[in-house]
Amino acid sequence: MHNEFMMGNQAIAMAAIAAGVNLVSGYPGTPSSEVLETVAKKRLDNCYVEWSVNEKSAMEVAAGAAYTGARTMVTMKQVGLNVASDPLMSLEYIGVKGGMVVLVADDPGPISSQTEQDTRTFAIYSKLPCFDPSSVEEAYQMVIDAFDYSEKYHTPVFLRPTTRVCHAYQSVLIRDEEEYHLNSIEGFVKDSKKWVIFPRLSNINHRLIEERNDELSTVFSSYSANKIINKDSQKLKAIAASGICYSYVLDVLEEIKTEEIAVLKVSTPFPFPYDLTRDFLKNHDEVLCFEELDPVIERALDHQCGIEGISCKVRGKLTKDSIRSGEYSIDLVREKIYNYLGLELKEDKASVNPPELPVRPPVLCAGCPHRASFYAVKQAMKGKKTIYCGDIGCYTLGNAMPLDMVDTCLCMGAGLGIAQGVNHIEPDTVCFAFVGDSTFFASAITGVVNAVYNQADMTLIVLDNSTTAMTGHQPHPGTGRTMMGDIVNKISIEAVLKGIGVEVVKTVDPLDYELAVDTVKEVANLPGVKAIIFKSPCIAIVKPNEPYKVCQGDCINCKRCINEIGCPAIFIDNGKVTIDNSLCTGCGLCSKICPVTAIRKAGEA
Amino acid sequence: MMKNIVLCGIGGQGTVLASKLIASAAMSKNIPVMSAETIGMAQRGGNVFSNLRMGEGVHSPMIAKGQADIILGFEPGETVRMLPFLKADGVVVTNKRAIMPTTATLSGFHYDADEMIDYLKTRVNKLHVIDGDEALKELGSSKVLNIVLLGAALRTKAIELSEEDIICSMEKMLKPEFMELNKKAIYYTK
Ligand code: SF4
Ligand code: SF4
Repeated sequence: MHNEFMMGNQAIAMAAIAAGVNLVSGYPGTPSSEVLETVAKKRLDNCYVEWSVNEKSAMEVAAGAAYTGARTMVTMKQVGLNVASDPLMSLEYIGVKGGMVVLVADDPGPISSQTEQDTRTFAIYSKLPCFDPSSVEEAYQMVIDAFDYSEKYHTPVFLRPTTRVCHAYQSVLIRDEEEYHLNSIEGFVKDSKKWVIFPRLSNINHRLIEERNDELSTVFSSYSANKIINKDSQKLKAIAASGICYSYVLDVLEEIKTEEIAVLKVSTPFPFPYDLTRDFLKNHDEVLCFEELDPVIERALDHQCGIEGISCKVRGKLTKDSIRSGEYSIDLVREKIYNYLGLELKEDKASVNPPELPVRPPVLCAGCPHRASFYAVKQAMKGKKTIYCGDIGCYTLGNAMPLDMVDTCLCMGAGLGIAQGVNHIEPDTVCFAFVGDSTFFASAITGVVNAVYNQADMTLIVLDNSTTAMTGHQPHPGTGRTMMGDIVNKISIEAVLKGIGVEVVKTVDPLDYELAVDTVKEVANLPGVKAIIFKSPCIAIVKPNEPYKVCQGDCINCKRCINEIGCPAIFIDNGKVTIDNSLCTGCGLCSKICPVTAIRKAGEA
Repeated sequence: MMKNIVLCGIGGQGTVLASKLIASAAMSKNIPVMSAETIGMAQRGGNVFSNLRMGEGVHSPMIAKGQADIILGFEPGETVRMLPFLKADGVVVTNKRAIMPTTATLSGFHYDADEMIDYLKTRVNKLHVIDGDEALKELGSSKVLNIVLLGAALRTKAIELSEEDIICSMEKMLKPEFMELNKKAIYYTK
């Protein structure tokens, strides 16, 4: 064993490797992406790793491998689980042979997601056991335990860290290579009564699953990560917590040293460790729960009080003693605990009446080719009745002023369907769907098939920047690189679209401004489904061009460059429009907009 | 002794590397460390922070309001934004140069660095304002603002680490060709 300072997601990856994982598949999504990336970097030769095209594929690949007896892990963020839920719901009825950990990172807040769904609730719904780590260090051990439980009970299990565990850093005691588990793989053994799902099999297995979960509830009651601290506290008030909230509770109690208060920590929200919590409830009058997202622990404790006739008041979200949405901060937990214990919380004095601060929403980077693409469509469609259906990725940021080019955004790939729906009801609206290259492969292809088959009138704009930029530049089927380090044939978006039967497919460099605008004008007017692929690499993966500068002698200070495109490299310095040459990537878009060609390459100025 | 450090700035200013250097230096002195930072969408030009906690008795990586021993601000407005986290007698090291957000440029929102610094002066006794622009010009590189500020922070003694400790971690984490520049940067302020 040795100590290493690492991110939660790295610790999870290193633990999976130490547990002898043979296959890891996943789809990128904040806050989960670093898990698979770390596996790819640190894996041994007996481990295969891939970014799958989407979470459903990833789940199926991991399941197939687990059927052979291999240990597998599949990684995604919480909304990805919705995509993977179809195979997973059935997989629970079939079970696995090798250990299979389903890593789903939840995002309370949400900080970078569409929803605040709770994978613990999904665990209850899908009947999969679930592990919920409260720190980086604990996540490491829990992954190893999760593989063992999964293999022993032949079921996939969830590991559901949240952002503050995934992205926290801590020094962790990790195993050396000699201490890694070596998994021997038996191979797939044919048995259609076991591996082929039929109603009769599901009926039998459902009963077995319920029985197994009863057993796991007992087993988890003595699992070391579920525990009660200050068990012998005579206080009538107690606290229950899970995940990062448990660590916040410990920090607060560290501060209030005088108070010995009992704290229940629940790390397996499902199956719930009722045998552990029974006496805890009996010994206290009141329990205040700290958990983010759904009131999972609170409900279970309340339920136990109800059916076992225990008179303890369980407080939390359901009783409106805590917030029911959003992330819990350490400050919130601190304030609630002080109030609960009747202690006085001293006001901090450092900040009083601060001056108004600028808001800094995320924006498309300086020189981002998406800005040019959006602007070209906007210019081409001036005065027309349009709808711009957006999608999930960096290009969602095209919604910000002054571009204002995202009218809708729902979930991965949805823009295509939304555009079609609007088109069928409002035929006079010019309907656009914008999708990135990674999202195109992940979830837009069926939408295109649907549009072509059902004769929609719409224009698909593929913003192809040759990477998955928002989540940290993962490769995808169009990049020709795999996570195993192989160079493979690139899957051509143009060929896919033509294969589906999209007759007009144009590929244009969006930074070629006039051509981009003309292409949009020409294509958008045609009937049926047509596509424009705006192809230009993400500025983060290529070297910048020579920066541009504003020739102050020529500038008439009309501010068109600022008000039209909102490039963050352009700002006003002492009343003069100026380009920050450390940010400018030389994309040239602003120079096309300036009415007096005052913006020129620094060298030509 | 427990030490809580807040680093804050705008995505891309180098707060993360500064935080990693402190953590690595603490680790090599066997001081337990935890940290957390902004990752994801906010990095695209948004405000970012790192929380760094060193010492025994630390359970979570997040710093509560009024608990930071020092704030290391890469941009004056961001320093003000994080001020509620500072202890009553805490130290602030801040860069002077304001960065205008695109939205402010668009809406004509008035945002003035001097106003931020004046406010900090009224609230913080142990305030150190660093002219980052001047430092970068003299050092001849736009990349070492983080190291200049970190050096200034070390001199306040609010972090129990020395310049040599940080240089040791730089040697582990930076390419050798950048060492000379970064060493100069760390000793830049008095
Ligand atoms: S050329 Fe203009 S639009 Fe492009 S990055 Fe530079 S300042 Fe921004
Ligand atoms: S568009 Fe041209 S003239 Fe107008 S403010 Fe910008 S640089 Fe100056």
